[in-house]
Amino acid sequence: MKLRPIAAIALRQLYLMRSSPTRVLPMVAWVAVDIILWGFISRYLNSVTSSGINFIASLLGAVLFWDFFTRVMQGVTMAFFEDVWTRNFINVFATPLLISEYLTGLVLTGVTTSLVGLIVMLLLATWLFGLPFFSLGLLLLPLLLVLFLFGIGLGVLASAMVLRLGPASEWLVWPIPALLSPFVGVFYPLSTLPPWMRAVGHALPPSYVFENMRSAVAGHGYSGSGLAIGVALALLDILLAAWVFGRIYRYAVRSGLLARYSAESVS
Amino acid sequence: MSVPTPAGAAIPAVTTNVVAASYALRAEGLRKQYGATIAVDGISFGVRAGEIVGLLGPNGAGKTTTINMVLGVLQPSAGHISIEGIDLARHRSQALSHTNFAAVYAALPGNLTVYQNLRFFSLLYDVAAGATRIEQLLSEFDLQRLRNARSGVLSSGEQTRLALAKALLNNPRLLLLDEPTASLDPSAAALIRSRIRAMATRSGCGILWTSHNMYEVEETCDRVLFLSRGRILLEGDPKTLPHAHGAATLEELFIRLAREPLATEAPGTRAPGTGAPAQQRDPAAGGR
Repeated sequence: MKLRPIAAIALRQLYLMRSSPTRVLPMVAWVAVDIILWGFISRYLNSVTSSGINFIASLLGAVLFWDFFTRVMQGVTMAFFEDVWTRNFINVFATPLLISEYLTGLVLTGVTTSLVGLIVMLLLATWLFGLPFFSLGLLLLPLLLVLFLFGIGLGVLASAMVLRLGPASEWLVWPIPALLSPFVGVFYPLSTLPPWMRAVGHALPPSYVFENMRSAVAGHGYSGSGLAIGVALALLDILLAAWVFGRIYRYAVRSGLLARYSAESVS
Repeated sequence: MSVPTPAGAAIPAVTTNVVAASYALRAEGLRKQYGATIAVDGISFGVRAGEIVGLLGPNGAGKTTTINMVLGVLQPSAGHISIEGIDLARHRSQALSHTNFAAVYAALPGNLTVYQNLRFFSLLYDVAAGATRIEQLLSEFDLQRLRNARSGVLSSGEQTRLALAKALLNNPRLLLLDEPTASLDPSAAALIRSRIRAMATRSGCGILWTSHNMYEVEETCDRVLFLSRGRILLEGDPKTLPHAHGAATLEELFIRLAREPLATEAPGTRAPGTGAPAQQRDPAAGGR
């Protein structure tokens, strides 16, 4: 892999953001709204319940983690959508660019934009609601890593889906986090779920993040093996997503889909 | 062993075939089939270094399909493509590092400025001295005053100049131009043609050029390939070909071939002076 082609994909997003506040605003606006909304809900729950649960840490912390995952995924897909929206596939894929370089460029973009979102969320949650985020200590690293890896994997998979089904399938990408959230137990333990949903949840890496976060916040420590499974599953997801993207790309080159990519390409 | 590319990046020398090296592009038995539809039907041709070859034919003849296959964005159903002697199927990235293109149907992202577009593509093509090359091309194509303008708001003529500047970023050895002057006024088109002509002579870049402007083809191309229904019907020098086939002009010959491809197939499929069907000729035999 060469550095310049990877940098090109990331630089293009930087150019677009620099010249367009409407692209920067969603990176911070929605996460800020989420933190403020859930911050007040958490504060209210702390004031009316005597369960001993710190809702700021468990509820607002969960929202922050979940929004981070969503931002990583959307950071990857948004960079891909630029080529969809500008009908730029021929220009990009008729260059020496390797698929691995293209995907690495998308990931680099996702990393950058999601970190901006994470910083905004941390500042607001800490400053306005006193979220003890760093009290989780070094546990934060594996928790964020799992969400980050899974976000990348899902972003690449969603991009592959849009490449295969056409631009009109873009709307299928946005609800993916919402569809997954009931299964991964963002706000409740997996034990709350019926067995079949729990089984699905165990196959999704974020479930290990939220189970461990709740356990650590409650002072029960964390499960090293659970985190290891989460990391392993997330890495597996990335490999699977890259494989699927490669297969769909080859199909698109073979079938003429890439050369004729348009709004009518759903087949 | 590696050979330096014009853009400065070193790539492995995949093929050292002397005959192949004199060809910017060789296509052999190229075929593309979609279900029962045959878009390109086993054509063979070559583009020599420094040669401008016109790819002519009516709409739907298979010109863009052929170009897309050479660009690596469409996989042939059969056949073989090599660019600068490098097998496109096996060494896609190396082969495409020698290639570039401009096409009316592949506009550059309109939300990037002229400079940003050139920067973006110079990085994609891994051009070593990208900033210097961009400044050269901005001057050469009179784009300096537009460098900070978004390419989406440029006039069609300005967008064409930008597309051509982008197409020369990596000093390609093979340039594919799909109707490059379609949206230019006659004066600008003449200027662009002379620049491309001079560039081909100076740098030895092989050019495959599609156009519906027969005057332009006659003026610019060293050789033309008439494509119809996915087959090469005729091949030769655009200045002598019409008379050799009883037509007054290239345009008249084009119209005749486009309207009656089957009627003209018998004499047309015989490549001049060879007796062999044009699409079965060895591309190394050339036709210049």
